Amino acid sequence: MNSPSPAFAHVSGLRKSFPGEAKPALADINLQVLPGVVTGLVGPDGAGKTTLLRLLAGLLVPTSGELSVLGLSPTHDTDALRDSIGYMPQKFGLYEDLSVMENLALYADLKGLFGQQRAETFERLLAFTDLARFTDRLAGRLSGGMKQKLGLACTLLGTPRVLLLDEPGVGVDPVSRRELWRMVHELIAGGIAVVWSTAYLDEAEACDHVVLLNEGEILFSGAPSELHDRVRGRVFLLTNLEEQPRIALKNARRDPASMDGVVQGRGVRLIAKPDAELHPLEFGVSAHATLNATRPRFEDGFIDLLGGVPSAESELANAVAQHPDDGAIVIRTHQLTKQYGDFKAADEISVAVKRGEVFGLLGPNGAGKSTTFKMLCGLVVPTSGDAEVAGVDLRSSASEARQRLGYMAQKFSLYANLSVRQNLEFFGGAYALSGKRLKLAIERMVSVFELGPLLKRAAGDLPLGHKQRLALACSLLHGPEILFLDEPTSGVDPLTRREFWTHINGVVERGVTVLVTTHFMDEAEYCDRIGLISRGKMIATGTPDDLKAKATTPEQPDPTMEEAFIALVTEAA
Amino acid sequence: MNALLVRLRALIIKELRAVLGDKQSLRLLTMPVILQLLVFPFAATLEVKNNSIAIFDQDQGPTSAEMIQRLSETPAFTKIVQVHSEAEARDLVNRQNVLLVLRFGPNFSKSVKAGSPEPIQAVLDGRRSNSAQIALAYVQQIVGSVPLDAQPGPTAALIVRNWYNPNLEYFRFIVPSLVAMITTLSALIVTAMSVAREREQGTLDQLMVSPLTPSMIFVGKAVPALIVAMIQATIIILGGVYGYGIEFQGSLPLLYACMVAYVAALVGVGLFISSVCATQQQAFLGVFFFVMPAILLSGYVTPVDNMPHWLQTATWANPVRHFVEITKGIYLKDAHFADFSRNVWALLCIAAVTGLTALGVFRRRLG
Amino acid sequence: MNAFAYRVKRLWTLCRKETLQIIRDPSTLLISIVFPGILLFIFGAGINLDSSTVTLGVVLEDTRPQAISLAESLANSPTFHVKTGFDAKQMGDELRAGRVRGFLIVRNDFSERALRQSPGTPSLLLVADGSEPNTASFVAAHVRGAVAVWQREELKRQGRELKGLDIETRTWFNPSAESRNFLLPGSISIVMTVVGALLTALVVAREWERGTMEALLAAGVSRFELLASKVIPYFVLGLISFVICVGLTRYAFHVPFRGSFAAVMLVGALFLGSALGLGLLLSTVLKSQFNAAQAALNAAFLPALMLSGFVFEISSMPAPIRAVTTIVPARYFVVAMQTVFQAGDVWPVLIRAFEGMSLAALGFLGLTFLKTRRRLE
Repeated sequence: MNSPSPAFAHVSGLRKSFPGEAKPALADINLQVLPGVVTGLVGPDGAGKTTLLRLLAGLLVPTSGELSVLGLSPTHDTDALRDSIGYMPQKFGLYEDLSVMENLALYADLKGLFGQQRAETFERLLAFTDLARFTDRLAGRLSGGMKQKLGLACTLLGTPRVLLLDEPGVGVDPVSRRELWRMVHELIAGGIAVVWSTAYLDEAEACDHVVLLNEGEILFSGAPSELHDRVRGRVFLLTNLEEQPRIALKNARRDPASMDGVVQGRGVRLIAKPDAELHPLEFGVSAHATLNATRPRFEDGFIDLLGGVPSAESELANAVAQHPDDGAIVIRTHQLTKQYGDFKAADEISVAVKRGEVFGLLGPNGAGKSTTFKMLCGLVVPTSGDAEVAGVDLRSSASEARQRLGYMAQKFSLYANLSVRQNLEFFGGAYALSGKRLKLAIERMVSVFELGPLLKRAAGDLPLGHKQRLALACSLLHGPEILFLDEPTSGVDPLTRREFWTHINGVVERGVTVLVTTHFMDEAEYCDRIGLISRGKMIATGTPDDLKAKATTPEQPDPTMEEAFIALVTEAA
Repeated sequence: MNALLVRLRALIIKELRAVLGDKQSLRLLTMPVILQLLVFPFAATLEVKNNSIAIFDQDQGPTSAEMIQRLSETPAFTKIVQVHSEAEARDLVNRQNVLLVLRFGPNFSKSVKAGSPEPIQAVLDGRRSNSAQIALAYVQQIVGSVPLDAQPGPTAALIVRNWYNPNLEYFRFIVPSLVAMITTLSALIVTAMSVAREREQGTLDQLMVSPLTPSMIFVGKAVPALIVAMIQATIIILGGVYGYGIEFQGSLPLLYACMVAYVAALVGVGLFISSVCATQQQAFLGVFFFVMPAILLSGYVTPVDNMPHWLQTATWANPVRHFVEITKGIYLKDAHFADFSRNVWALLCIAAVTGLTALGVFRRRLG
Repeated sequence: MNAFAYRVKRLWTLCRKETLQIIRDPSTLLISIVFPGILLFIFGAGINLDSSTVTLGVVLEDTRPQAISLAESLANSPTFHVKTGFDAKQMGDELRAGRVRGFLIVRNDFSERALRQSPGTPSLLLVADGSEPNTASFVAAHVRGAVAVWQREELKRQGRELKGLDIETRTWFNPSAESRNFLLPGSISIVMTVVGALLTALVVAREWERGTMEALLAAGVSRFELLASKVIPYFVLGLISFVICVGLTRYAFHVPFRGSFAAVMLVGALFLGSALGLGLLLSTVLKSQFNAAQAALNAAFLPALMLSGFVFEISSMPAPIRAVTTIVPARYFVVAMQTVFQAGDVWPVLIRAFEGMSLAALGFLGLTFLKTRRRLE
C-alpha cells in the first residue's frame, strides 16, 4: 500500500479493546500524522493516549480498523518499520543502572548503528541534548530533565522518521520542558513527524495539531486555534474585586449565562454560554468589579467542548463546622532544613500560614517541595529548624495535634482492595469516630461527594476522578481545621479538577486552612499565597499576582504563572 | 467508647478486610496449607520402603534361603536381586539400583549348624548412608529373628518401646511440625509484606499523618496475623486428627495460648524486616533470608540435637525452633506448660527485642 | 556487516547490558554470592542426621553391681550423656519435657537374669521419644549395641563366650557413614534452585515494571534475543555460585570429591538450565517481581527441599508422590551430585540424571519461549 497522501501515519476507524474490560480503550479513532508538525495527543490519564501510541509503534494489535505508518502496517511489518519509528515510552525507557553512554551504545547497537556514522550520531546527539559532560553518569542519577533528553536521544538513534513520545513532559520542570520543545521543533524542521502525548492542556497549545482524547474517544481534532475560536469573545476576566476571588467566583457562577469559571490571580476568569451575556454583578459580586474580554486558552475551549461545568458551589460548606475567623497563624516554620548527606533537600524554609488561607508550595519535581511538605505534616523529621502546626510541634505531641489535620496524598492513598464504604469506615475510625458520629459523618460525605452508588465497589477499581473524591472525603470525615494536599489533582481531567477546587473553596469558606503542593502552574492561581521552591530554597513568596508582578519585564508585560516561575527560578540561579 | 479502642478496632477491621477480602492473598494463605498437608506427611519420611536389595548367596544352604525368604516379605524391600559375582554387585550399587548388598559366604549354613556362625557381609551405598543404615537395621532384625539351632538362648533381653509414636511413623512427627511451619510463612508475609505494600501505595504516610501511632499500627498488623495463624493451625490440627488419625494428646487452649507468643515473635520479626525495607520486593527477600535458615534450623528437617553445640545455642534466637518443640510437645506428648516454659519465655524475648527494634527503626526512618 | 554478524553483535550487546546491570545491582550479587555461602554453611553445620550425643536416662530399679556396671558402661559410651534416676515416672516427665530422648529402665531382677540367658520376662526396658523418630531409632540401635557389648564383656570376665550371628558392614563411598557427606552435595540443589529461580524471577519482571521492556520491544528485539540475553549472563552467574558451592563443600566442609571437574560442571550447567528456565517462565508469565518471587518460592524451594530425595528417600514415598517427583529437576541433580562427589563419574547414573535435567531445562525454556511475546499483550 503506497499512500499518495503526504501523511506519515493514517488511522481510520481504529478500535482497541482489552479482554475483561467492558469499555474499549479506544473507539472509532481517525487520525493523520503529518511530517513537519507536532501532533499532540491530549487527554487525562486513562483517556487512551498510551494505547494509541503503542498501536502506532506496533506493540499492540488493533481489534479492528486500519492503521498504517509510512505506508506499512505496524502489526505485520514490525521489523521493516523498526528503524523508521522512534518510540519513547513513559519513564523514557532508560536503564537507570547504566551510564548515559552505555544507554546510548545499547540502543545504537540494537538499531544497527556502527562505525563512522555511529560516532557522528553520538557527537551530534550529545551536543544537541547537552549531555556530553555527563556521559559517564548513571542514568538513574540524572535529573528528570536530563533523563528525558537522554530518552529522546536514544529514540533518535537510527534517524527515525516518525517520533512517538509518551508523556515526555511528566516530572520535568518548566525550564527543561521548554528546552525539550525547542529540540522537538528543530526535529520537525528536518521533516519528521512527531506525536507528543500529554495530560497538560497548556502543552497542547504548543502543538500544531491537537487530538483531544477522552475515555477512548476523540473529542476534537484540529489546530489549537480552532478550539480557541470556539470560545473567542466568550472569555472574560472579572477584576477589581473587593472580596476574595473565590467568593466572587462562587457568586459569579450563579449567573445562568456562565458555563465555567476559575480563579486567576486576584480576578476570576469566566466563560459565557454561547449567545448569552454575563451579568455577574447581579449575582452579588462587588459593584466596582469590571468585566473585560480576554484571550482564550486551550483549556477554555476544552471546557466548552464538554459543555461547561455545571456548578461552582459545593455542599461541603454546609457539611463542615465553622472555624473561628481569628486570623491566627496556624502553620509556622522557622528555617526548616532537611539534609540527606551532602544534599540539602530543603534549605532554611520559613513559612507562616494564616487560618482560612490557601497556601501553595510550587516547584518542579525534586525541588524540595515534597520534603518541605512532609516536614510540615510530621512525616519527615527536620535536620534543623522548627515547624509548628495548630500551635504544636508535631514531633512532640503527635496524636492530638494530628486529630486536627486532614491529609490527602498524590496517589490518593486509599486501600485499593477495600470498598468505598470500608475505606470511609476505616479513616473515620482512625480519627476515633464511632457509632452514630461515624455514621453521620459518612452519610454527609457520601451525599456531598455523591458516592452513594459506589459504596460497595473496591476503591482500586474506581476511575481516577472518583478516587480523588473518595480520598478527599476520607480526609475530611473528622472535620479537620487544617488540610494538607500533596499534588491532589495530578493526572485528572480539567472538569474533575474544577470540581475538586470547588470543594476546597467550600471548606476554606468555613475557615479551614489549606496547604497544597502542585506542579501545575495554573493551579497555583487558586492559592491565596504561593511559596516558590527551587533547589531546596524558598525563592519567593506572595500572592500569584505578586509573583507575576515580580517577573514582569518590558519584554514580558503580562507573564503567565509559568513564565513568572521560569523568570524567578532563572533569576535565583 | 474510648478513642484508643475505636482506633484499634478500625485498624484491626481494616487489616482483616485487606487480608481476607483479597482473593489472591486468600489463595496464597490457604493453598499452601492444603497442599502441604496433603503432600508433606507422605513425602517427608525417613523410613525406608520399596527399596531394592542385592543378595550374593554363595552358600545356597537352608539358613540363607530362610533368611532371604523373610527379607522378601518386608515392605522395606520390594525387590530382591540375586547376583552371582562381586563385580555384578558392585555394579548394581554404583548405579544405585540397590541400596545394599548382603553376601552369605560359601560355608554359612554349615557354620550356623556348627554353632559358630560366620558373619554375613553387608555393603551399603554411602551416598544414601542414612537410608542404608536404616535398611540395615531392618536386616538385622530379620536376621536375628531366624532361629539358629546352636544359639545359646536369648541374649540380654531388651525391649524397646517408643512413646508418643509407637511405630516411629514419620507423619506423626511431620503434622505437628507443619503447624509451626505453615503459620510461620503466612504470619511473616501478612506482617512484613503488608507494611511494605502500604509504604509503596502511600497509605502508610496516610496512617502516619493520622493520630494513629506506630505502636497502634503494629498491633493492628499483629491481630490479623494471629487470626490467620489460628485458622491455619486449626485446619492442620483437624487434618491431623481426622485425616491422619493422629490423636491430639495435650491441651488445645494451651496450644492456642502459646501460639499468641509465637505469633508475637513472628510479628516482631516481620515488622523488623518491613521497617528496614523500602519495597515489597526487598521485604520479600528479607522474609526469605529469614525463613530459609529459620526453617532449616528448626528441627523440622533434621533434629536440633544433632547440631554442633554452638549452633544449638544459636537456635535459641530462632522462633520456629521453639514453636516446633511446643507444638510437638503439646500435640504428641501432652506436655505441661512447665515442660516448655523456657521456649515460651524465649519467644516472648524475641518478640520484645524485634518488636521494639522495629518500632525504633520505624520511628527513626521518619527522620 | 553481514546479517549473521549483526545478529551476534546485537545479542552480545544485550548480554553486556544484562551483565552491567548484574554487576551494579547489589541485590543480584547478594542473591548469587552471599546467599549461597550462608545457606551452604547452614546446611553444613546444621543439617545433620547423625546424632552425636544424646541424653539418655537410666532408671536403676536394681542397684546391685551388675546394674551399676551396665549404667557405667552406658555412661562411658561417647554416644550417650547419661542421666541417672531411680523413679520411672519421674524419668517419664523428663522425656515428655524433652530433657532426655529416651530412658532405659533396669528392672530390679536384672542382676539375676542378666547373664543367665534363661528365658523369661526381659529385665531391660528402653523407652524412646517417638516424637523424634530418627533420634528414637538411633537411641534404640545404640542402646542395643551397648548392652550387647557390655554383656559380652561380662561373660568374658566369667570365662564364657557368647556366640551370635554378626553382620559385617562396609559402607562404600562414605565409610564413616557421615550424613553430611551426602546431605551437603544434595543441599547444593536447594541452593541452586533458589538462586536460579530468584535471580531470573526478578529480572524479566523488572524490565516490565521499569518500562524498559517497551523500549526494547520497540527497538525490535526478537523473542530469541530477549530470552537468550536473559539466560546467558545469569547462566554464567549461576555457574559462579555453583563453583562457590562445590568449592565450599569440598574444601571448607571436607566432603570427599571423587568425580571429575568436567562431570560436576556438566551437572551444574544442566541443572542451571532448568532452574533458570523455571524462574524465567514464572517471571514471563506473571510479569510482576513480587508475584514471580513468591511463586518461585512455592514452585522451586519447597519441592526442592521435600521432593528431591535430598533428605527424604523418594522410594519410600507413596506412588502418586513419586510420580510428582519425576518432574522436579532437583531430584536428578541430587542423585548426580551425590554420585559425582562420593562415587565418582558413574556414567550410567549420570546419564540418566542428565536426561532428566535436559528435559526439564528444554521444557521450561521452551515454554518460556512460547510465552514470550513481541507485543505488549
